[in-house]
Amino acid sequence: MDAAFFETLWVTFKLACSTTVILIVIGLPVAYWLAFSRYKIKPFIEALVSMPMVLPPSVIGYYMLVVYSPRNWFGAWLGKAFDIRLAFSFEGVLIASVIFSLPFMVQPLQNGFRSLPDSYREASYTLGKSKIRTFFNVLIPNIKPSFITAVALTFAHSIGEFGVVLMVGGNMPGQTRVASIAIYDEVQALNFSIANRYALILFLVSFVILATIYSVNKKQDAWKMM
Amino acid sequence: MIYIDIEKMLHTADGKVNLAIRTEIPMGDLIALFGPSGVGKTTLLRILAGLTVPDKGIVKYGRLVWFDAHNRVNISPQRRNISYMFQDYALFPNMTVEQNIQFAQPVKNAKAVDELLSIFGLSELKKCKPNGLSGGQKQRVALARSLARKPQLLLLDEPLSSLDAEMRCTLQNEIARAHELSGITTIMVSHDLNEIFRLATQVFCIENGSIQKNGKPEDVFSDNSVSGKVQITGIIARIEKQDAINIVTVISGGNQIIKVIAFDSDLEHLFVGDRVMVFSKAFNPIISKLN
Repeated sequence: MDAAFFETLWVTFKLACSTTVILIVIGLPVAYWLAFSRYKIKPFIEALVSMPMVLPPSVIGYYMLVVYSPRNWFGAWLGKAFDIRLAFSFEGVLIASVIFSLPFMVQPLQNGFRSLPDSYREASYTLGKSKIRTFFNVLIPNIKPSFITAVALTFAHSIGEFGVVLMVGGNMPGQTRVASIAIYDEVQALNFSIANRYALILFLVSFVILATIYSVNKKQDAWKMM
Repeated sequence: MIYIDIEKMLHTADGKVNLAIRTEIPMGDLIALFGPSGVGKTTLLRILAGLTVPDKGIVKYGRLVWFDAHNRVNISPQRRNISYMFQDYALFPNMTVEQNIQFAQPVKNAKAVDELLSIFGLSELKKCKPNGLSGGQKQRVALARSLARKPQLLLLDEPLSSLDAEMRCTLQNEIARAHELSGITTIMVSHDLNEIFRLATQVFCIENGSIQKNGKPEDVFSDNSVSGKVQITGIIARIEKQDAINIVTVISGGNQIIKVIAFDSDLEHLFVGDRVMVFSKAFNPIISKLN
């Protein structure tokens, strides 16, 4: 029982960590683009990125299953070319989780970029620095509170994932069984003590993460006032 | 020679203004842009920096075409080798004073950074972050950073606007010295006549979107109604009250001391540090050979 318990926790944290790392890489450029581009298409992209915040997880889960299905061209191509089946696998859940948590990474970063005065970017350009150097040396270090908020929110949100994981991954121990699903499962089986342990851990982890965000941002404000 | 011939529609608080500037700026000059707010002085600087795109026209630096609307040329700010000092200084809060200056260098050179720090009196502050500095200190860092870039064109947007008189005077010296040392062509937005007289070799008065007057500050700002035979410009160094009159000491050209008698009513708008013109109408000046 204990081995299964830790296995479930391991899958939960592996999923949350991988989702967060992947979203840092994807989220930074997407947030930069959304913050500064002036293309007419931008509101549509913005809406697409934010969709997971308003859509029921089951809708995203359903579409992911449709995309993964070997009966559709993408699923069929994956199967043929790489012998990969994404539905009911950890990788499949991971991709769904990345899409589902995208707004939690992008929105704080986008707000962070927008809150910087334009003159930071412009000063860096006039000092001869490329856009990429400006991005890494000037912009990112100056949105640290937004960055920490984005990472922590994404991580916390991925840990609490339920609907999408259930739809796309099912409940396969060691593969796609995460803590939130395990709680549901154990309650259904009337194993309240195990459900309680999972619930407590999720509660504590989420609390610590949110408390960290708020204390870091408070410090940041104090630092700004200095 | 910098050749500018551009047009840009500005949306100001008073409606649309078409900024139409056509001029040439000799290399090595220190140009002041003077005029009311919202007439496009900052926009002109930004166009030269490549941060704002004009609607039409040409900007050339020597033989290099920086902007040509017709041929769709627009060289990026990075490739213009300029420095732009922003009104809000735009110091990077994540870097220390030293790192801000270092960041501007095309090639890292610790010795040059130390030199700049000491010229601008910032050595003590080099490990401080900009957010902890006063306005005057930030301004000095911004100026030092602009020079660290070793630009061929220095653009300063109201560089001394938020400083008190004493600090302004010190920093005017620093700008003058920086310009003398490097010979960099400098264009500066300023509302301060004192500053313009002190620093500028030429002043462009911009009004209603175009250059209305230009020339030496003395020529542009001297009151044409004065038909004085002797005109000397200087700065008021001291005002002494003696009974019913005042003795105003004016220093001209750094070492010539002129004492002028003035009544209280004459002094209503005159203060120590003001740039003034001393002129005489009633006497024939007498000329004599020196030595």
